[in-house]
Amino acid sequence: MGLKIIVLAKQVPDTRNVGKDAMKADGTVNRAALPAIFNPEDLNALEQALRLKDKYSGTTVTLLTMGPGRAADVIREGLFRGADDGILLTDRAFAGSDTLATSYAISCAIRKISKFDLIIAGRQAIDGDTAQVGPQVAEKLGLPQVTYGEVVYSAEKGKISMKRRLEGGVETVECPMPAVVTINSSAAPCRPRNAKLVQKYKHAQTVTERQNQAEDYIDLTNDRPYLNIPEWSVNDIESDLQMLGLSGSPTKVKQIENVVFQAKESRHVQANDQEIEELVKELIANHTIG
Amino acid sequence: MNLKMDNIFVICEIEDGKVADVSLELLTKGRSLANQLNCKLEALALGHNIKGIEEQIFPYGADVVHVGDDKRLEPFTTMPFTSIIVELFKNEKPQIALLGATTMGRDLGPRVSSALQSGLTADCTALEIGDHEDKRAKKTYKNLLYQIRPAFGGNIVATIINPDCRPQMATVREGVMKKEMFSKTHKGQLKTVDVGSILKPEDTVVKVIERHIEKNRINIKNSSIIISGGYGMGSKENFSVLYELAEVLGGEVGASRAAVDAGFAEHDRQVGQTGVTVRPKLYIACGISGQIQHTAGMEESAMVIAINNDPGAPINKIADYVLTGEVMDIIPRLIKSYKKNTK
Repeated sequence: MGLKIIVLAKQVPDTRNVGKDAMKADGTVNRAALPAIFNPEDLNALEQALRLKDKYSGTTVTLLTMGPGRAADVIREGLFRGADDGILLTDRAFAGSDTLATSYAISCAIRKISKFDLIIAGRQAIDGDTAQVGPQVAEKLGLPQVTYGEVVYSAEKGKISMKRRLEGGVETVECPMPAVVTINSSAAPCRPRNAKLVQKYKHAQTVTERQNQAEDYIDLTNDRPYLNIPEWSVNDIESDLQMLGLSGSPTKVKQIENVVFQAKESRHVQANDQEIEELVKELIANHTIG
Repeated sequence: MNLKMDNIFVICEIEDGKVADVSLELLTKGRSLANQLNCKLEALALGHNIKGIEEQIFPYGADVVHVGDDKRLEPFTTMPFTSIIVELFKNEKPQIALLGATTMGRDLGPRVSSALQSGLTADCTALEIGDHEDKRAKKTYKNLLYQIRPAFGGNIVATIINPDCRPQMATVREGVMKKEMFSKTHKGQLKTVDVGSILKPEDTVVKVIERHIEKNRINIKNSSIIISGGYGMGSKENFSVLYELAEVLGGEVGASRAAVDAGFAEHDRQVGQTGVTVRPKLYIACGISGQIQHTAGMEESAMVIAINNDPGAPINKIADYVLTGEVMDIIPRLIKSYKKNTK
């Protein structure tokens, strides 16, 4: 019997490729200048889910993402790589969420999905690097968690066996299902897009996206329901509004500072043999090296 | 006022009967915060066969050490630790709780914070006490914990506060705070945690089958000379000149996050907010632009040499010496010159 797996994925600004125009003159982040990508470790998580799908026939992989409308890109990317379906959780009520309010909203959406054996997420997202949402979703759902995963060896007879990668070491653990698992970047990279799946899903859209489109594609979902990406708002999940968005976030940002370096008296050394030699002699003389 | 409440807690991490450095660093920081806030510093140590562990903790200034000793607490698994901490915090109501940003602290912290509905800030690079005025609610908060951390890939530094929820929780990486003994002879109160009455069978469903710890595979933290490469090195192959220089000088090779992400170097070599924090005698930054997420992990180096082909690279502003040019051209000449002058 197959498994029902939910993969949590996030669309993030690509903070690793920050160009010169990434910061505005007033010191705030210019999000428009940063490409939005599928959070790298969530791709590692997706691969682990797809491997379980390959191994256990009848397994389905559902992507769940929370974000603005354009985060539907993450769902499409997952479909191109082998996921079965995906849900976009999107609402203004979620704006300003810290990790706890985010985890609460996601856990409410998972409760609505209701049937699942395994939730797999990336360890952390590159825009915040907190690694908190996985464990917090587990706690909110009352499920066991295994973080820092590298390989899910098996998921059968009601339990998973997996390898964790910790500081300079590894651990093999067993955990009963359902469970929440997070995956490190040290895990196998995600398989590329599959050309057939790209053909199949390239017109997959949310209702909102279809409404903004030329009419050509509007009726596609009538005979191809898999092209509909469900869009859930706060009205589609059962939640306590106080626990969402800003009001559900115990942490507040008091201050954001653009990075300004303290200028230090630095000496410029010409990259020629003579000056390099002088520098080396100086470092040896003051016992920095040698 | 109940004197039991409003204290600072440090969750200690124990490996092979030894309190981890990161926990001692947090105790040092916790002690100074406790002095500032005029409250007590308490520590929690959980494990198995850890009798006498408090002797390692008291010298770092703890007023109270809570010890829970039970075979279900070794090796570490998330849920039994969470249950004990949540129970303890419900009774003790600390105002601040600090954990190491280790794989344990980053696994445990969020689960505890979710159970207590309290805020947690990950990987702080500074912790300070300060006030906050909420202009909209017309409310002033005194003595909050400012949790300061780079965010957004290091392009901004954010100060995070938890105005209303307690405890204010934060994780800090090893090496970020300084470890300093408070007093060799300092003694506090020892309290035993009644583990048996707290743990339930469902807390122990995750089983560690095998544990294979490779100690200090690569440890750049203790090296007095670090040669670091960034994305500007261009390739993994080009890193070989850095290894060569490191070998000649008796140092270690470090890397920026971008270089690690690009596969140029192992993660254990990463210097910066999400890597290790280093304070070597000499830090040579090669092909590193110098985002704060990197400089946060090396700015306390005694001497910094920046080698970069971009004369405007931010790293140059914190460097003692700036060499503008091609790394692949300059490093071999440094090696040659060093060999010549140390013969």
